[in-house]
Amino acid sequence: MNKAENTHLREPLVRLAKQDGVPVKKKVGIRAAAIVLALVIDALFIFLVTKLNPIQVYAEMFKGTFETSLRFMWAMRDMVSLLCIGIALAPAFKMRFWNIGAEGQVLMGGFATALCMMYCQSLPTPVLFLVMILTSVICGAVWGLIPAVFKARWNTNETLFTLMMNYVAIQIVAYATNILRGQASSLGTINMGTKIGWFPKIAGHDFTLNIIIVAVLTVLMFIYLKHTKHGYEISVVGESENTARYAGIDVAKVTLRTMLISGAICGLCGFIIVAGNKHTIATNTAGGNGFTAIIVAWLAKFNTFYMALISFMLIFLEKGAGQIASSFGLNDFITDIISGIILFCILGSEFFINYRLIFRHKK
Amino acid sequence: MIQTSIIAWILRAVQFGTIIMFGSMGEILTEKSGNLNLGVPGIMYLGAFSGFASAYLYENGTDNPIGIVCILLALISAFLAAAFGGLIYSFLTITLRANQNVTGLALTTFGMGVANFFGAYLLQGEVYTAAPATNAAFTAKIPALSSIPVIGEAVFSYGFLAYAAIALAIVMHWFLNKTRTGLNLRAVGENPGTADAAGINVTKYKYLATVIGAGISGIGGLYYVLDYNNGIWATTGQIEALGWLAVALVIFTTWKPLSAIWGAYLFGLLYWLYNFLPKLLGATDVERTQSLYQMIPYLVTILVLIVVSMRRKRESQPPASLGLAYFREER
Amino acid sequence: MENMHTSDAITLKGITKSFGTKVIANKNISLSIRRGEVLSLLGENGSGKTTLMNILSGIYYPDEGQVFVGGKEVAIRSPGDSFALGIGMIHQHFKLVDVFTAAENIVLGLKGHGKFDLKAVGEKVRAICERYGFDITPEQKVYDMTVSQKQTLEIVKVLYRGADILILDEPTAVLTPQETEKLFGVIREMKKDGKAIVIITHKLHEVLSVSDRVSILRKGEYIGTVDTKDATEISLTEMMVGKKVTLNIDRKVPVNPKKRLSVQNLSITGEDGIKVLDNITFDAMGGEILGIAGISGCGQKELLEAIAGLKIVDAGSSIDFIEPDTDKPDSLIGKTPRQIKEMGITLSFVPEDRLGMGLVASMGMTDNMMLKSYEQGKSFFVERKQPHDLAEEIKGDLAVVTPSINTPVRRLSGGNVQKVLVGREIAAAPAVLMTAYAVRGLDIGTSYQIYNLLSEQKDKGVAVMYVGEDLDVLIDLCDRILVLCAGKMTGIIDGRTATKEQIGLLMTKTSHGEESANV
Repeated sequence: MNKAENTHLREPLVRLAKQDGVPVKKKVGIRAAAIVLALVIDALFIFLVTKLNPIQVYAEMFKGTFETSLRFMWAMRDMVSLLCIGIALAPAFKMRFWNIGAEGQVLMGGFATALCMMYCQSLPTPVLFLVMILTSVICGAVWGLIPAVFKARWNTNETLFTLMMNYVAIQIVAYATNILRGQASSLGTINMGTKIGWFPKIAGHDFTLNIIIVAVLTVLMFIYLKHTKHGYEISVVGESENTARYAGIDVAKVTLRTMLISGAICGLCGFIIVAGNKHTIATNTAGGNGFTAIIVAWLAKFNTFYMALISFMLIFLEKGAGQIASSFGLNDFITDIISGIILFCILGSEFFINYRLIFRHKK
Repeated sequence: MIQTSIIAWILRAVQFGTIIMFGSMGEILTEKSGNLNLGVPGIMYLGAFSGFASAYLYENGTDNPIGIVCILLALISAFLAAAFGGLIYSFLTITLRANQNVTGLALTTFGMGVANFFGAYLLQGEVYTAAPATNAAFTAKIPALSSIPVIGEAVFSYGFLAYAAIALAIVMHWFLNKTRTGLNLRAVGENPGTADAAGINVTKYKYLATVIGAGISGIGGLYYVLDYNNGIWATTGQIEALGWLAVALVIFTTWKPLSAIWGAYLFGLLYWLYNFLPKLLGATDVERTQSLYQMIPYLVTILVLIVVSMRRKRESQPPASLGLAYFREER
Repeated sequence: MENMHTSDAITLKGITKSFGTKVIANKNISLSIRRGEVLSLLGENGSGKTTLMNILSGIYYPDEGQVFVGGKEVAIRSPGDSFALGIGMIHQHFKLVDVFTAAENIVLGLKGHGKFDLKAVGEKVRAICERYGFDITPEQKVYDMTVSQKQTLEIVKVLYRGADILILDEPTAVLTPQETEKLFGVIREMKKDGKAIVIITHKLHEVLSVSDRVSILRKGEYIGTVDTKDATEISLTEMMVGKKVTLNIDRKVPVNPKKRLSVQNLSITGEDGIKVLDNITFDAMGGEILGIAGISGCGQKELLEAIAGLKIVDAGSSIDFIEPDTDKPDSLIGKTPRQIKEMGITLSFVPEDRLGMGLVASMGMTDNMMLKSYEQGKSFFVERKQPHDLAEEIKGDLAVVTPSINTPVRRLSGGNVQKVLVGREIAAAPAVLMTAYAVRGLDIGTSYQIYNLLSEQKDKGVAVMYVGEDLDVLIDLCDRILVLCAGKMTGIIDGRTATKEQIGLLMTKTSHGEESANV
């Protein structure tokens, strides 16, 4: 072995050290810096690809959400759909159960709602709504519970299980809509004329009820996670299953219960989307929100109020990108690129909260 | 004819299997280094798009596109674009120690966005567009052998990438199990602290495995567009589903490249079941029930997951540090 | 470099290393390591010994200071650099890949020359084993090895790489006295071969028996180096602790011990069909400390976990709790920890894995206080008032150093973490108190604080079970000592008359009475 020769007398250029307890101010600053960096990268990207003035483009983005009150309500409607799934995922992820099957759980819930809207029209409205809620919650819960049962019993990998359950749900809905649409090319809006099973207008807006339900859920989930015995158990199981067993917590029971709740809220979200927004069912009803919501829940560290903030930011971007697309003749997919870059920057910025860089100093 | 049906089924199955075989071999390499990259669908999008775009631009910019140039151009650009996706993921998860699952999901969104955003420029308002010369080059069959009846049709009538996938699986098996570098890579995925103490550059191994792995996965996307899909580009969500199946195949094969060969073809057979099983059974009303047949590959994957977890063999376990970031000075 | 010796293998000058902003692990340390010599690096837990040696092995990079190898200044930026300089470190927590064979572990990370040939590696490994009398099969998987075989493998690994400066971090912690003697024999052999050897330890008698010089660290600072021939246990302790300490445990004769726990024919079969515990029978008495000795991994953990309701036991086993007032036996078999508690029995358990089992690392003291009591009461909500008060009380009584009772316990030092855990378990007013490696990683002061807490509990009539690794402490602290070897009970002896050699023999005794002979 050639000793010493290949060892240069140089300290490494940069070294890392863990840091703990960074002041809140600095944390906020680091995250803000990440978003600014993302916007700069996005601006560069827009300029290079389209030669448009990025400032103008960003100014246009605001219109997507804020130009009219109707647009704002649309943004709020989409935000609460995303937030609702985030709320559903929070307890599961806090328990370190990688539920990436929200897409399927939402779809099953929405499917149940759609079926009720089609086949239970004769019921009085309050009863109909009760039936819609119950069936969609049950469908979502069952879809969440199945992988949990196997996780609890045999420690089956839940990440892929829940992912595959999405596709099973998609095929079920595809099959059902094939049957239900009859000779028509698509299922179309359900109860277009009678509006049976549709959310009522409240305070002059179509989506007030969507917002109210999710606002209530936001508060309830916050309390559930922070101040209840169930929430405490979820934290302990998520931290270490050994500790949970040591403390006398029945890990299997907590896993099942938490996924039941997670799936049920996803099902409820399907109900909100179908009865309160889309009024139809299709394989893309969940629209990828099941995945985006994971990022929302994770970035917010499962605090539902932060989740609301992050959901709003993502929807604002999405709407803004849509606006840019129509004003400047770009296509919608720019949304995915812009939000992708922002997510990369925020994810990466956590590093500067957890670690400290030490640069080589002069001897 | 039942025989033609079966041969046609095998043909589709092998082609389908080739897509996800590339996807999952890239992911096996990545996961052996301890990185769980859920960005495979996005990476396959990146590979598919840039492979197609470079071939398309070349074809439209020259009067007589040369087959070999089409192939090289498409392969290199697909590999590089996909590897770039892997590089983003690597930088975030290895250098900045971001959460692997969430970063992977964000990469999937990003890759899909990039492919479809720029894809729209190629489409110029059309529903689809094509690169016929490149498609011809990629799907060129082996002369003579492919005209042998039955065997020739079922075994020798694929584009060269289908055979390259098998060769790659064998090479990867040899690399992981019989070489120093492979041993070191496996050690990084099993126990990075030990690998580091043994003088292995953990960061370098993780970066290389993830970036090269992403490049290999990207070839799967390329194969999808330029061979399987007859050289046609359209805005589609199909690659995402394929990407997830590739991730599922990794677990299905318990991280063994050789098993990926038959596993991928099995997935292909199951996936195309909806087209051939009803015919074989003589069923009618196929269009309405096809969704039920299309459910089968996902149900089988779930079943395999359950069986693997029940058996819990030491040899079928994922790399021990899969999904965890490594920091040498961790205390 | 006026005081640099010609035979110096390594010289350290002014090494400083800190973690985060608060913890300074090494403060301006200078010392030298010589060829053909064994240097003991002595210091309490947390004094910075391992950090200092990890700087040599390339795991940590110093904030300040210089390292000279063979008289030449070097920068060791990675373990690879360290190997290239001929430095080999045997870490306390083995750096081995479980699913690899011995040979695969040995060649890991080596630069290739020619064909990759594991057979040739095996030959070279056998040659090394022959030279020092090791017992290792190159084809054996690490997960099939005993602790002592793993350690041997680590030593072979660094020798294979041609290391001539060997650093051993607490190598005897997991060995029996007999195995330790064998290891020291090997070390003396290597010294004769002209290698430089560093042993990190806090056991004084080992320092005196094997080393030539002793360097002492205290709280990250260098205290001094003495020749072993001029040192005594007392002089070394004073240098190590910084003051005169009376290391006495007040062991009272048990007053009216009463049977509290009766374990009979306890067996546990592991997943692979091997008996982790084999037919264990003993009684634990209230008002007595029952020590449990054995090489680590011989079933101690499983024994305590079985009593605590955390392990499934084989049919035919019986564990009875004897009620103090009525002498009525209550079977604990098949009961979960919660069911045991609902029977009105308070078992307290301080597990080996403090942050991974006994406490929730990311929670503060308050939330950790309620870990075993949160479900009390009918309310759907948790009640944090009582846990908060208890946390304050423990913080005061046991002098826990923490920025606030809501600081995640992960951020506390090892000793403070243990105080939180032991404090909570004692506060539950247990009938049985089980502890596993209660003082591992703690400094001498905290260790004695823990011994005294346990003795107090004993005097209150609690049945205390103490799983320990330091035989001197077991002999000083316990009234009776149960010895386990590979899941079997090889004896129960009186703590007042036991000797270390006697326990050591029992620790390696197999069922037929002959000694197992693997080092």
